[in-house]
Amino acid sequence: MASVETVFLSGDQWLKNWLFSWGMPESWVFLCTVVVYAVAVLLFVFANVIFLVYLERKVAGYMQQRLGPNRVGPGGIFQCVADALKLLGKEDIIPASADRGLFRLASLLIFIPATMLFVVIPFGREMIVADLNVGLLYFIAVGSTATIAVLMGGWSANNKYSLLGSMRAVAQMISYEIPLAFSLLGVIMLAGSLRMSEIVAAQKDLWFVVLQPVAFITYFIAATAELNRGPFDLPEGEQEIIAGPFVEYSGMRYALFFLAEYANLVSVSALAVTLFFGGWQGPWLPSWLWFVIKVYFMIFLFMWVKWTFPRIRVDHLMGLAWKFLLPVSLVNVFVTGTAIKLFQAMGW
Amino acid sequence: MEVEKGRGGFLLSTVEFFLNHARARSFWPVTYGLACCAIEMMAAGGARFDIARFGYEVFRASPRQADLMIVAGTVTNKMAPLLVRLYEQMPEPKWVVAMGSCACSGGPFVDSYNVVKGVDTLVPVDVYVPGCPPRPEALFDGLLKLRAKVINPRVAKVAGDAR
Ligand code: SF4
Repeated sequence: MASVETVFLSGDQWLKNWLFSWGMPESWVFLCTVVVYAVAVLLFVFANVIFLVYLERKVAGYMQQRLGPNRVGPGGIFQCVADALKLLGKEDIIPASADRGLFRLASLLIFIPATMLFVVIPFGREMIVADLNVGLLYFIAVGSTATIAVLMGGWSANNKYSLLGSMRAVAQMISYEIPLAFSLLGVIMLAGSLRMSEIVAAQKDLWFVVLQPVAFITYFIAATAELNRGPFDLPEGEQEIIAGPFVEYSGMRYALFFLAEYANLVSVSALAVTLFFGGWQGPWLPSWLWFVIKVYFMIFLFMWVKWTFPRIRVDHLMGLAWKFLLPVSLVNVFVTGTAIKLFQAMGW
Repeated sequence: MEVEKGRGGFLLSTVEFFLNHARARSFWPVTYGLACCAIEMMAAGGARFDIARFGYEVFRASPRQADLMIVAGTVTNKMAPLLVRLYEQMPEPKWVVAMGSCACSGGPFVDSYNVVKGVDTLVPVDVYVPGCPPRPEALFDGLLKLRAKVINPRVAKVAGDAR
């Protein structure tokens, strides 16, 4: 069991030793391992994303008493591979009136924050690419830059629907950023640190979801809105504005936006697991396996919500963020702070 | 022409082979229903018939992301230019399925002053699904025929190309 637990760590150690045995200087070895980490994170992201699209279609099927894709490969598992291949072979249309440079850039730019988020996620015991002392702050800061790419795509397409869609996306993502950040404050106060590894370590005995249920629910709602997923998928509301910011994108460029959404789904679920469900901690199984199991449980929750609730209206959406979630998360911060002080005063 | 292309070379024809198989298994239809046949098309997406089994359930609202136009219903002269525009907005490679006798030939309204007598007078049609309306099973059969056509581009050539 110990070897399974440390399979990735020992692989890393073996790689370093192998590089040193070639007589490489330390800085080069460091550079090589950074490249390997980056590739590993990218592989993790892509493998998950491809699988998630399949999972979403299957979950949607079962939620609606259908079977979902089941013809391509066993149980339809290769359905998304076929889709990805097909999208690769599609014509890449750039509208004549579009801002060509921005239009192209936006589809690439959307993926950068989506993958950068995984740098601070602890995948398992000592399995974190960069354990920043401001890890959580980094996550929120980088995560919110995705808005720019969406706005860029919507603006540069020079299409009224995509502009409307991207305006909606920006309004929604910025509004929900605030309750999201406040809901995380309670956890930070309990853990006393912004460093991901310390937040995980602080949940050794008790998961924070028990101490911070309100924060978790606020986080869950705000994160759903951040992801532009149903019931908050107004930016892409098909009945109103076709496909939102992505109306003019075709083929692989569209696929990049689509995949970035699923990459964000993984990262938001990973953050939820790290902050509220004890991260990689768990009995018997290896830590990274626990992490993956918990992340998939969170993803399933997101999908469940998406396929059971109808889309809400724009004004309700904003009202929910500013009139309900924000006060609730502020009260949560206040109550948490008071409780911490009280317990300290009582000497617990 | 197409037939010769298929024999072009080992490398490219293998790529074409894989791409065709992928394409044939993931038609994304554009969300476009015109008349009563569209109700049958929606039923095909529902739980009883479940078009998702074949992986064709991704109805895209934007023609830019669609590969397949299921012309489900009566095409009027007023709708005709919009249909052509939608078709032209779709990226290549793209296919058209004429669903129902209206789309195939004008159907019960063929004598009307305002009905297009078959959608093949506007855009190239790959598969005709007759019926008024065709049941979802018939639509699936049409889509599977289209799948066979996409996988074997040369055989489709022998059967006659709509374009
Ligand atoms: S073929 Fe029949 S069912 Fe279909 S659109 Fe025409 S009249 Fe309606």
